[in-house]
Amino acid sequence: MSPAEIREEIIDILGDIAPDDNLDDLVDDKNFREQLELDSMDFLDIVMELRKRHRVQIPEEDYGALASMHTTVTYLEPKMRDIVKA
Amino acid sequence: MYDTIIIGAGMSGLAAGIRLAHFDQRVCILERHYTIGGLNSFYRMNGRDYDVGLHAMTNFARRGDKRGPLAKLIRQLRFRWEDFKLAEQIGSSIRFPGVSLDFGNDVELLESEIAKHFPNCIDGYHKLVASLLDYDDLDGSNPNFTRSSREVLAELIPDPLLCEMLLCPLMWYGNAREDDMDFGQFCIMFRACYLEGFARPFKGVRVILKNLVRKFRGLGGELRLRSGVARIHVDGGSALGVVLDDGTELQAKKILSSAGTVETMRMCDDITTVETAKAGQLSFIESISVLDRQPQSFGFDRTIVFYNDGEKFHWRRPETGLCDARTGVICSPNNYRYDADEGTLPDGIIRITTLADHDRWSALDDVRYRAEKVAQYELAVESSVRFMPDFRRYIIDTDVFTPKTIRRFTWHDNGAVYGAPDKQLDGTTHLNNVFLCGTDQGFVGIVGAIVSGISMANRHCLQAS
Repeated sequence: MSPAEIREEIIDILGDIAPDDNLDDLVDDKNFREQLELDSMDFLDIVMELRKRHRVQIPEEDYGALASMHTTVTYLEPKMRDIVKA
Repeated sequence: MYDTIIIGAGMSGLAAGIRLAHFDQRVCILERHYTIGGLNSFYRMNGRDYDVGLHAMTNFARRGDKRGPLAKLIRQLRFRWEDFKLAEQIGSSIRFPGVSLDFGNDVELLESEIAKHFPNCIDGYHKLVASLLDYDDLDGSNPNFTRSSREVLAELIPDPLLCEMLLCPLMWYGNAREDDMDFGQFCIMFRACYLEGFARPFKGVRVILKNLVRKFRGLGGELRLRSGVARIHVDGGSALGVVLDDGTELQAKKILSSAGTVETMRMCDDITTVETAKAGQLSFIESISVLDRQPQSFGFDRTIVFYNDGEKFHWRRPETGLCDARTGVICSPNNYRYDADEGTLPDGIIRITTLADHDRWSALDDVRYRAEKVAQYELAVESSVRFMPDFRRYIIDTDVFTPKTIRRFTWHDNGAVYGAPDKQLDGTTHLNNVFLCGTDQGFVGIVGAIVSGISMANRHCLQAS
């Protein structure tokens, strides 16, 4: 997947996890937590949805990389490069 | 081989099952009873639908409100707020001799009632609310979690009567510990009852349970009823699987049990004696009186009334006798703001709950048991009508269940409704792949149990291992 496709996938996952939140105005280089009301359970769900949908494994020590859209896409790019978007 | 076996198809087990099935685990929920719901089940009798435990769902949040456990569980289980069709309470009351405090789903009502009846306590009340532990601090690691609530209240609130009145509903909804309450539990229940509030689906608890089961099965989860677990087969510090009452053996990588701490330990075949004294001690009788008219027609509009007939509130297993009717809970499921298109419940209903002793009830022979159900029911009603209009002449049918009934259909020791007083907040056991959820893990009530199932499934069965 390209970074743009990865971003789209994260938006899709966030839509699942936080359906009431407005994702259209999401600013990529600002932390998710500042823009959306996500707690640690929600972050765990992002990790788990990535595992469920794409078999991407994210070790606990890397959870910090998921702070913003920008850092998330950057982190996932090498892991998801070879995955074909469904 | 299952990824996870869940023991118990109550609120916590079903919620845990949904989380695991959603993330593609092979899950099986095993329930000994022929139906789902456990402590919060439902049944039909004489052509009427009844709820076993539901008076009110606590922790009410309005549609779009993102804070609090209700919004959390809806998100975690991928439901929509509309799926539960929650109708808000009309309003509830705490009634002690000579003084009554109303409260509802808006916090201002209780504040204004306290300002009116206990003006010298209103500042202390505000300080109390400000001192409540946040949800993030309620995992038990905060040292204030086990502090005495009575001590905290005594420090902040000058009038002891107000302390008793504030504790009454919170202990009833519920406190597993006799006499006093862990401050952490106090905070959980304070938010649940006073800051968030009560609601109920028109059709009762079955709406919630059917939603949970439908989603669980839709995700590929397996639910087996009439499939009680007799033993957990243990080898070298791990469970290998379970053996059902009928001898069937099932293997799983992990087991999550909502049966209770002591009850689960009893199943483990590496344990010879269990500390039964650690089980919960508090159980109740509850009566459901069916009336020929709506309660509002005779001037009763309260959703819940928590009453106590003295200045001190006693929260103990009855020391003598079958019941202790000095305190009780009156609930009218009619008194919710149901949607116009749902209408009103077909019958007027008054539920009354009274503290009861499991062992004395269980020791009665069949004839005495039936007679005492009637006698204790009448005493409970007599006690209650001091705090509400007398409804006895409108009664057309009744049902009563006792600690023996609760024990019979949930298999919880002592018919305990709120689990053990010492919670296993981290959900672990002596076995590295057996975990606990439900009333003995930490949270009680419908919302509490669902959150418990979700949290324990997340923490022990989903996170990296």
